Amino acid sequence: MQSLSTTRILLIALCVVIAAAFLPLRVTGYILGLLTIAYYTGVFAMSWDLLFGFAGEVNFGPTFLIGTGAYTAGILDTLYQPPIWLCVAAGTLAAVAGGVVLALPALRVRGPYFGLTTLVAVLMLENFIIVDAHLTGGENGLAIPDVISISDTVNYEIALWFMAVSGAILFWLARSPVGLILQASGQDAVQAGALGFNVTKHKLAAFIISAFFSGLAGALLVFYVGSASASSVVDITVGVQIIIAAVIGGRRTILGAVLGAIFLVAMSEALRPIGDLSNFVVFAMALLVVLFFPSGFFGLLTRSKEPN
Amino acid sequence: MAAEAHLEVKGLTKRFGGLVAVKEMALSIEAGKILGLIGPNGSGKSTVMKLIMGIERPDTGSVRVNGTEVAGWPSHRIARMGAGIVFQHSRPLHRQTVLENIKLALLPDKLTRLFVDPATDDHARVIAKRVGLDAVLDRRPGTLPFADLRKIEIAKAIARNPQVLLIDEPFAGLTPAETAAFSDLICELRDDGRAVLLVDHNVKSVARLVDRVLAMYVGERIAEGTADEVMRNETVRRVYLGGSIETAARPESAFRDNKTPFLEVDKLSVFYGKAQALDNVSIHVHASEFVSVVGLNGAGKTTLFNAISGLLPYSGDIRREGSTLRGTSAAAIARGGIVQCPEGRELFTDMTVRENLDLGGQHLPAAESTEQIEWLFDLFPILRARQKQHAGTLSGGEQQMLTIARALMMKPKLLILDEPTLGLAPVILEQISKALTRLRETTPITVLLGEQNVTFALPHADRVYVLEHARIVWEGGPARFAAEMGTGYL
Repeated sequence: MQSLSTTRILLIALCVVIAAAFLPLRVTGYILGLLTIAYYTGVFAMSWDLLFGFAGEVNFGPTFLIGTGAYTAGILDTLYQPPIWLCVAAGTLAAVAGGVVLALPALRVRGPYFGLTTLVAVLMLENFIIVDAHLTGGENGLAIPDVISISDTVNYEIALWFMAVSGAILFWLARSPVGLILQASGQDAVQAGALGFNVTKHKLAAFIISAFFSGLAGALLVFYVGSASASSVVDITVGVQIIIAAVIGGRRTILGAVLGAIFLVAMSEALRPIGDLSNFVVFAMALLVVLFFPSGFFGLLTRSKEPN
Repeated sequence: MAAEAHLEVKGLTKRFGGLVAVKEMALSIEAGKILGLIGPNGSGKSTVMKLIMGIERPDTGSVRVNGTEVAGWPSHRIARMGAGIVFQHSRPLHRQTVLENIKLALLPDKLTRLFVDPATDDHARVIAKRVGLDAVLDRRPGTLPFADLRKIEIAKAIARNPQVLLIDEPFAGLTPAETAAFSDLICELRDDGRAVLLVDHNVKSVARLVDRVLAMYVGERIAEGTADEVMRNETVRRVYLGGSIETAARPESAFRDNKTPFLEVDKLSVFYGKAQALDNVSIHVHASEFVSVVGLNGAGKTTLFNAISGLLPYSGDIRREGSTLRGTSAAAIARGGIVQCPEGRELFTDMTVRENLDLGGQHLPAAESTEQIEWLFDLFPILRARQKQHAGTLSGGEQQMLTIARALMMKPKLLILDEPTLGLAPVILEQISKALTRLRETTPITVLLGEQNVTFALPHADRVYVLEHARIVWEGGPARFAAEMGTGYL
């Protein structure tokens, strides 16, 4: 069966987003809060999918980019209290800069070593946050004086439309000529080079775009939550959650990552009564999806079969 | 106007560690000409192609594309200077259509191109029509036959209108009809005024197309001229056919298991996706017999051996002493005494020679294992001296001996040797040859040997099969081989 065309997918996605925009009329603030988190997680996962699904690079350190954005914005706000948009912009910029610093050496190595490099970057960032406690709040986390809004609805709508716009940009980018070159570079770098494409340049660009959206989302997130802590935006387990969201949502689909993120947040909420077991159940389900539906939720929805 | 050489290579050298893969290579192709670069497997011809395209960096030497020195450049810059390559294995984007795959090759190397240029679409359609893909433009590569996948590769390579076109094994895996169509296409590309390099195993496959042929062996140029001249060249004949061949075949009637041979391969067919690797192949091997399967690289030898070892799905039947091996796992087949020495050697390179051997003999009682190792050190004396050395530090020849020795540690009834001579110097060949003679004269072992080096294969063969394009095309004694097959084999 033919998969859905780009415009149809975007049209359906737009309808879903508009429907979601009216949710505050129907559901409680608590659920809105959960969805707000899910939407930011969705942006993290979409940014990750651009790197993995298209550029073919497994970045084990999405939280390096997110954490850099979140903490830069948070620390700036704590120290000088400039306008929030300035903090967010600074956080985004820092994430992009961090991304370049990480990607330049990481892209020189191949295969598992790229992933390992990104993993080490996360550990270094986490360590820095804990050691440099007077600046970062250390293990207690950083309490941020400002928030964007105290209204659940406003926060929800910001997250929703931010996710929608990021998703549209990333999705369109992935399906654009540049996305095609990126996919070719990811699948067969030798051939892409022989076709005249500078593979490193394209992968670096993908890393920068991924860092931009990760950092921006991370910075916005801290101004929603009102705090930043290593365990919430930097720790390896957070990164793993993001990767799982992208993979069960459907790799190489961008938009699927949002479905995966909502699924993860919903599951951990639904399974709260079983306590510590809930993570186990969520991970087991993720494993089943990876094993039996490698094209993920999004693949099931659009019925495009993943050829192997 | 004098035709300027489009591709000119001089003094090109590439070393991988201690191995000189390409040595002082020189070649030149003018516009509108086709050069065939031939050589047996391991001769370095693919490396030459990669060096030209910048996929590997040359150590020294010059590569000029359209007059510009490009040696040492990254491949995307060489591609932009007007060189294109058709890879042997097609790896298209599977989620995109054929048209999109061709469009990819037409895109500029820019990050700012975010919208599809309509002209790109038209251009891609023109290219598709030219290579004969116009009927399948909206299909996905996964649904297409093998020949069409090759056409996608050609389409991508010519998308940027390269003046220098490198084609790796243009006809591998194609049927005769498809080969003819492909040849016509290559001729058309030449008639456009491109310089074309065809890389292949033997002269025969490219003779009809090429203006000149350059033959390589162990990294060096051994002959150049017209196809006829190269085929008549003494050195080339010696490389492909060997010099005088001594044979010592035992007649088939001498083997006692005449009714049910030790190993029977019956109407075996194997497919890799859409490419047929073996077509209705039947061979048999008697206990204690030495049988050689001779064929060029890509003929299907490794596939045949892997099927016997239980590593591949197949149709047809493989029987050992009359009972089928279908359903027996690869591990059980090996434990039962059918042991393969793979072409890639697959040694544990971080273990010592002794550890590799111990591993091979780990199912034997300790005393028997030690005794077997002693016997093997007798067979390959150099391994005794190298006992404590890591396998990865051995020379190619020593590694090959260790591979054979490790297989013999399993005390096989049938030893399958896949291209043991690959890339080895003549003096090493002699040592391995002596070991085989000794095995044949002093042990009851059965050997199935796959080789493209006929000189090496024939002296050890009681019988010979010739495998060509997935089929057995000849069967007989080694003495008859030289007389009947000699010229056709080049």
